[in-house]
Amino acid sequence: MITVTNLGHRFPNAPTWTFRNLSLTLPEGEVLAILGPNGRGKTTLLKCMLGLRRPGEGTIRILGAHGYVPQSFSSTFTYGVLETVVMGRARHLGLLRSPGAEDYAIARRALDRLEIGALANRNSGDLSGGQRQMVMIARALASDCRVLFLDEPTSALDFHNQDRVLSVLRGVARESGLTVVFTSHYPQHALHVADKALALHGETDHAFGPVSDVLDEPALTRLYGLPMRRARVRHGGRVMPTVIPVYSPV
Amino acid sequence: MRASAPPLIGGLRLPAVRSLVWAALFLAPPVLGLLSLGVGRYPLPLAEVLTALGQGLGISESAPELASRVVLLIRLPRVLEALVAGAGLAIAGAALQGVFRNPLVGPQLIGVSSGAAFGGALALFLSAGLSTLLGATFLFGLLALVIVFLFSRVDGRAPVLMLVLSGVVVGAFFSALVSLVTYLADPNDTLPAIVYWLMGSFATASYPKLALLLAVTVPGVALLVALRFRINVLSLGDEEARALGIQVEPTRWLVLLAVTAITASGVAVAGIVGWVGLVVPHIARMLVGPDHKALLPASALAGAAYMVLVDDLARTATTQELPLGVLTALVGAPLFGLLLRRAQAKGWST
Repeated sequence: MITVTNLGHRFPNAPTWTFRNLSLTLPEGEVLAILGPNGRGKTTLLKCMLGLRRPGEGTIRILGAHGYVPQSFSSTFTYGVLETVVMGRARHLGLLRSPGAEDYAIARRALDRLEIGALANRNSGDLSGGQRQMVMIARALASDCRVLFLDEPTSALDFHNQDRVLSVLRGVARESGLTVVFTSHYPQHALHVADKALALHGETDHAFGPVSDVLDEPALTRLYGLPMRRARVRHGGRVMPTVIPVYSPV
Repeated sequence: MRASAPPLIGGLRLPAVRSLVWAALFLAPPVLGLLSLGVGRYPLPLAEVLTALGQGLGISESAPELASRVVLLIRLPRVLEALVAGAGLAIAGAALQGVFRNPLVGPQLIGVSSGAAFGGALALFLSAGLSTLLGATFLFGLLALVIVFLFSRVDGRAPVLMLVLSGVVVGAFFSALVSLVTYLADPNDTLPAIVYWLMGSFATASYPKLALLLAVTVPGVALLVALRFRINVLSLGDEEARALGIQVEPTRWLVLLAVTAITASGVAVAGIVGWVGLVVPHIARMLVGPDHKALLPASALAGAAYMVLVDDLARTATTQELPLGVLTALVGAPLFGLLLRRAQAKGWST
């Protein structure tokens, strides 16, 4: 459960607010997609919710421990995959404690749950972008978080891996009642897996609500500054929503 | 080591190779230490060294007077000091590189050594005793570290370039202070003491010094080893570590305190012995991977062996004993240059 009330953030010396008067409520087990053009504050908002940035005003209440999957993957030292995932246990271990057999078992279960158990003994530096993203999600799951934050989890991935990551997000929200918040540049991903969407149009101009309402054609067109069409694709007896941007003629 | 965690690099992933590497790491310090007891101006065969040691422990017949004196009174404290200081400096370097998420930092590069050098020079200038020397090296080493740390922070983060440059700035400042103290020192009394101390040597090794070194290094090393998992998490960067539920600042300070204590005690007994904390963790990382669970002990073992070897070289290379700091730099700098090229080719550039 997440409650954000009248949140405002401003970078030091910035002439304007990144965002202001931002409020939303997300019940447990729902998926929220945050959309907006570059520089509109998606990542900043995510970091405020994570407690990594201090908002200038307003309050954030989050029930339950949070997990974080950052956009870029730290690569100064490349640890083994299992070793990376077990770091999710950090908050449960005392200052001078190292993970024990139980923690490694939890880490392995997190990997198995995402069907990447076979990667356990690989070096994280040798993984593909998609595999890394899955490992980072496994690390968050290993931390027993109740709220999962992901910063553009699909942006560096091919279509197949985008689909896998989105399915995983939907799955953990449905099966374990995990609340999921992710930022994205893909409205079709939001329509595919999110319950709610937050569109950051301007400093105080943001829309929050059921994903289908917030991301209708006029809103998307306004959000990205070019015509956006919503479409439905029939496949295998399913009708799936998607979004098509109409790029400027060359 | 836990079997389920094989974070080894390159071709060292085979369990057999891994076991061999660890066996070599564990055997190197005692074997080299033992052999080193026979090395020097007065060479002794291993049998005589063992007899002398046995006599010292009260388990063997009396050894020849001279041999037992050389081994027990001169070489044993020296070799033990080299082992302990080498292990300490290397593990301190490995921990430092972890928390600063940068394989290029070492106690020397971030100003700790220069600060400690000034503290020590000041203590010698005032003709203070050994414990004051240790206190002064620790205090000024820590002071240098704090200044570098505060200097290099931009928006709550310490970018690598700022960190290294701040280290250079603070190092230069304390080096100037060292020069000042050296200039003011009495040429017949404190000046030679300061100069020889600064160049680094285990020549003045003694059991009281060894005791002091152990008293600081052992708890310091134990603390770092206990913090190994936290150092792993810290090496992910501040934001990720915080998001994983770690108290970043206090944990880092705890690590830095241990690193400074270890470095300062090494500096207090042996003077400025640079490059060990930079080069040895690099080599250890190549052997056992970056996971601090394995890296910290591996660095300590490799550091002990490396320091004893360099000290042997210092004692035997020429008719006159060479300063240790000069040798570690002469060996360490080119070696580090090579490692740098190698690593650059493989990818990390930050």
